[in-house]
Amino acid sequence: MTNKMILVPGRSSKQGTSLNKGKLKEEYIDVTSTLEVNEEDMKRLGLSDGDQVRLSNEIGQTIVSCVGKKATDLPEGMLFIPYGPPSSQLMDGDTAGTGMPMSKHMEVNIEKVST
Amino acid sequence: MSENIKTVESATCTFCGCVCDDMDLTIDMDEKKITKAKNACILGKAWFFEHTIDHDRPVAMIDGKEVPVDQAIEEAAQTLTKAKFPITYGLSDTTCEAQKEAVAITDLIKGNIDTTTSVCHGPSGMAFQGVGESTMTLGEVKNRADLVIYWGGNPAESHPRHFGRYSVIPKGMFVPNGKKDRHIVVIDVRKTKSAGVCDQFIQPKPGKDFELLWALRALVKGKKLNKDIEKITGVSMQTIEELVERMKNCRFGVLFFGMGLTMTRGRHFNSGALLSLASDLNEFTHFVAKPVRGHGNVTGADNVVSWQTGYPFGVNFSHGFPRFNPGEFTTVDVLSRGDADAAMIIASDPASNFPKAAIDHMHRIPVISLDTKQTCTSKLAHVAFATSTYGINTTGTVYRMDDVPITLRPAFDSPFPSDKEILEKIRERVHELVKQKRNKQSGVNA
Amino acid sequence: MTNELRIASGKVYDPANNIDGEIRDICVKDGRIVDSVSDSATVINAHGNVVMPGGVDIHCHIAGPKVNLARKLQPEDHRLDPHPATEHTRSGTGGIVPSTFATGYRYATLGYTTAFDAAVPPLAARHVLEELHDTPVIDKGYYILLGNNIFLQNLIKEGRKEELKQAVAWWLHASKGYTCKLVNPGGDEPWKGKKNSNVKDIDEKSHEFEISPRMIIDSFIDVANELGLPHPPHVHCNNLGHSGNFETTLETMKTAGDRRVHIAHIQFNSYAGELGKNPLSAGREIVEYINDHPNISCDVGQVMFGKSTIMTADAPLAYMLKGYTHAKWVNVDTECESGCGIAPFNYQENIYTHALQWAIGLEIFLLSKDPWRVVLSTDHPNGGSFMSYPKLIKLLMDKNFRDEEIKRVNQKAMAKTFLGELEREYTLNEIAIITRAGPARCLGLKNKGHLGVGADADITIYDEQEDKELMFNAPRYVIKSGHAVIADHEFTTDFYGKTLHSTQEYDSSIEDIIRPFFDDYYSIRFDNYAVSDAYLHDHEFIPMQKS
Repeated sequence: MTNKMILVPGRSSKQGTSLNKGKLKEEYIDVTSTLEVNEEDMKRLGLSDGDQVRLSNEIGQTIVSCVGKKATDLPEGMLFIPYGPPSSQLMDGDTAGTGMPMSKHMEVNIEKVST
Repeated sequence: MSENIKTVESATCTFCGCVCDDMDLTIDMDEKKITKAKNACILGKAWFFEHTIDHDRPVAMIDGKEVPVDQAIEEAAQTLTKAKFPITYGLSDTTCEAQKEAVAITDLIKGNIDTTTSVCHGPSGMAFQGVGESTMTLGEVKNRADLVIYWGGNPAESHPRHFGRYSVIPKGMFVPNGKKDRHIVVIDVRKTKSAGVCDQFIQPKPGKDFELLWALRALVKGKKLNKDIEKITGVSMQTIEELVERMKNCRFGVLFFGMGLTMTRGRHFNSGALLSLASDLNEFTHFVAKPVRGHGNVTGADNVVSWQTGYPFGVNFSHGFPRFNPGEFTTVDVLSRGDADAAMIIASDPASNFPKAAIDHMHRIPVISLDTKQTCTSKLAHVAFATSTYGINTTGTVYRMDDVPITLRPAFDSPFPSDKEILEKIRERVHELVKQKRNKQSGVNA
Repeated sequence: MTNELRIASGKVYDPANNIDGEIRDICVKDGRIVDSVSDSATVINAHGNVVMPGGVDIHCHIAGPKVNLARKLQPEDHRLDPHPATEHTRSGTGGIVPSTFATGYRYATLGYTTAFDAAVPPLAARHVLEELHDTPVIDKGYYILLGNNIFLQNLIKEGRKEELKQAVAWWLHASKGYTCKLVNPGGDEPWKGKKNSNVKDIDEKSHEFEISPRMIIDSFIDVANELGLPHPPHVHCNNLGHSGNFETTLETMKTAGDRRVHIAHIQFNSYAGELGKNPLSAGREIVEYINDHPNISCDVGQVMFGKSTIMTADAPLAYMLKGYTHAKWVNVDTECESGCGIAPFNYQENIYTHALQWAIGLEIFLLSKDPWRVVLSTDHPNGGSFMSYPKLIKLLMDKNFRDEEIKRVNQKAMAKTFLGELEREYTLNEIAIITRAGPARCLGLKNKGHLGVGADADITIYDEQEDKELMFNAPRYVIKSGHAVIADHEFTTDFYGKTLHSTQEYDSSIEDIIRPFFDDYYSIRFDNYAVSDAYLHDHEFIPMQKS
């Protein structure tokens, strides 16, 4: 089952600390591959914490693991991920003449990856 | 831990744009390691503790193989001078002294220079060029602000000491009770950790910040709003009206803003709307705004590139003088479109964070990288330099997010050269090569 | 290549040494003017040329956070005026706020070799030094904004005179400044703390600090005197730009008594008329006071038609002007120290007020009896670009040209001045005074602005021409510290000048009083505030003057 949602890449504390250790190290890779999903959306998509999901759009795709969040922290329809190489795979290089690519609010398809 | 301990007081952390200069460091000089960082936040501690000497890493590599530094310098200089559209990018995590070398090199090779600003607050810089900005140094917020609004940012996780050192908690000259004398508002599409400090949280719909800002502006200017603003923005008319009243009647108001505005639908229009709102409010009271800058010295990069070229980022020298055009000369574009045929990346990791099309192109062109740690960019680089860390191993000048210039106090030496030293050597060699080329073209023997 | 130079047979104007158009040689060795040089000296044939000391700009805004914001603000202006690199020189952009390399090179192309940035908040001194370090050719310095410094205002309020003196000395030392600058003293607090209001009367006491602008001005004049600063407090008077403000200016000058003070861009403070209504000229009243009081010096702040940029620590003024232009505007509050406002601007011949301002500036020049104390400036870029100095010189030297220009401007304004009746034409000697010898003397620079033995070898050689604008626009040679940086109208080398500062000795116990203030009210650590000597690069300390 696929579904369109809004992806918001951003900073997080853990991303900040782990990048100091090194971007090629496991902790940073882990942090930037962990997607936050609203609890209701998780239920609807049949996901549990730690499941692998594929995010895709017309630019590319990436596989990350997911973790559920309360609606007070993350509204339905919205996804959050600390930005890094996985989220970059979904970023359009067209900056609309501004130099700034659309780095937040990308519309992506989310589907569970069967193990 | 050894007995050989040194302390450095009033050192500066350059991890984020807060550039806190009240770091009191304890250093184990035998292990070349910072063991305590008094006053540092969780990010600052990681910054100080994790930047140790990596004795295994070679200073210079060509295509992944260790080479003498001079050979790498030569290869870098040759690569840059042979290219038709060489670009320089990054610069926000290094000293102003290094940034100046980078501009000098790019001027000589008639290349393209851009900083991480273009993917951070570049849109705010563009908005600034359009509408100006009413702003302040952070001490004014500490001393005067009774209304502080954060829009599209999450300082609790990206700038952890912002609240505590500058804008929410501190007692100031005219804010004797600190937080109690202030009303804090957080406006964001998702409720982040930052909402924990605020008195009021407002949650607009994603991609509707511009509409909300414009509605606030309209009310400040005495216009009427259509009720459908509620449906459009997801914010009630009452909340909007009350916020406007609060802004007009405060004594000293501040709007801080972040990537939630610059990286989303509207980009510089969002920043421009916010800056205009802050400026408009000065009809009623004293109101200022400030983009919350991400990296330790991105403000320095803005300043250096601006004073040396006239433009803050996205600068091209191919005609022999600086030209500016976001979208044309900004790095995401020159890479995504495949314009660049060589790239020098300094203290930055676009191979991690840039759009896919740009990363793909980076694999196709010779890249020269200077970085303190291994990154995706240094891994794919043709010439890679391992450099020492500014503020930990080297001194230099940095600019805080509010343009306050600070001199770094290093903790311990590093066997690795600084960015400035490497760039200086590259510049000297590039200068020779350019001169040779010029003499050859005019038929003169050097 | 020898370091000896002989400039032969030029027509020399060296007013400080009473040389008025004499044909004589000027000799240079090791960067200084000397009596004679050996036969192996390089000879520049200056036959038919005018030889003057290099120009000294006593009041301009060329480096620092305010300037850089104004620079960043106007890409559309830079785009029209590229500054290409050459074999010897860096590239840049021009327009009304040129980039740093372009600024230095362009000052050099006018024959200027020294310039002082007029307003630097000490918190940003490091920034100013960095930009000046990237400003080629000229020697440079700056005045530090202290008139709205909260710590110092507290000392003034409490009558702690000795501590005030030590604190000012400490501040000059910490920021490597040249003298104290006062801008709209007392006006910062109402702007930031009282919903954008301002101080209007020189004797109006502020609510927070219970001191008046006059008390601030008086205190700094005292301190500067006691410290023996080479240049007195440099004052941007209250009520700048408002009709009727000449009274404030007179009161400011009277406050000095017979002690030295320098009034900045005095034209902007020479208006009669009723507040809120069209201004009238009070140029005569202002100049007469200056003529009669040898302790007063000023720079004119001439308005030149065309593009300008308002950039000033007088934040309320910039905001007021934004109300006219309805264009982009920048405001920057610097904690505990100063304000700042920036507004792109345009002076137009057909607008009454602009034409009047233009005329008042010229009246002041033409009525001045002492060119040593009424020196040339446009308050670049507030009144106009420094690139307009040659045209201004022509206006002063050529009555016919002046008359033609008068015909082109708003005639209602001309009817309110007597500019048309003033026949005076400045001589080359007088131009040499108002652009070189006079500012150097005002600044206490013993080795600048003249060509006597021992002076810095900063020399400009102009082709003598009928059209003085053409002449002053393109010197044939510009020699800086003995190097012919420009020869036959072309740059021959890149060169960087010195930082001039008047850093004082002070009683270090004052730090025990300043430090707690920093801990409470600044956002950087006290220990990180003072600028290290490393930022001075090549520099010269200008000693105190014993009165």
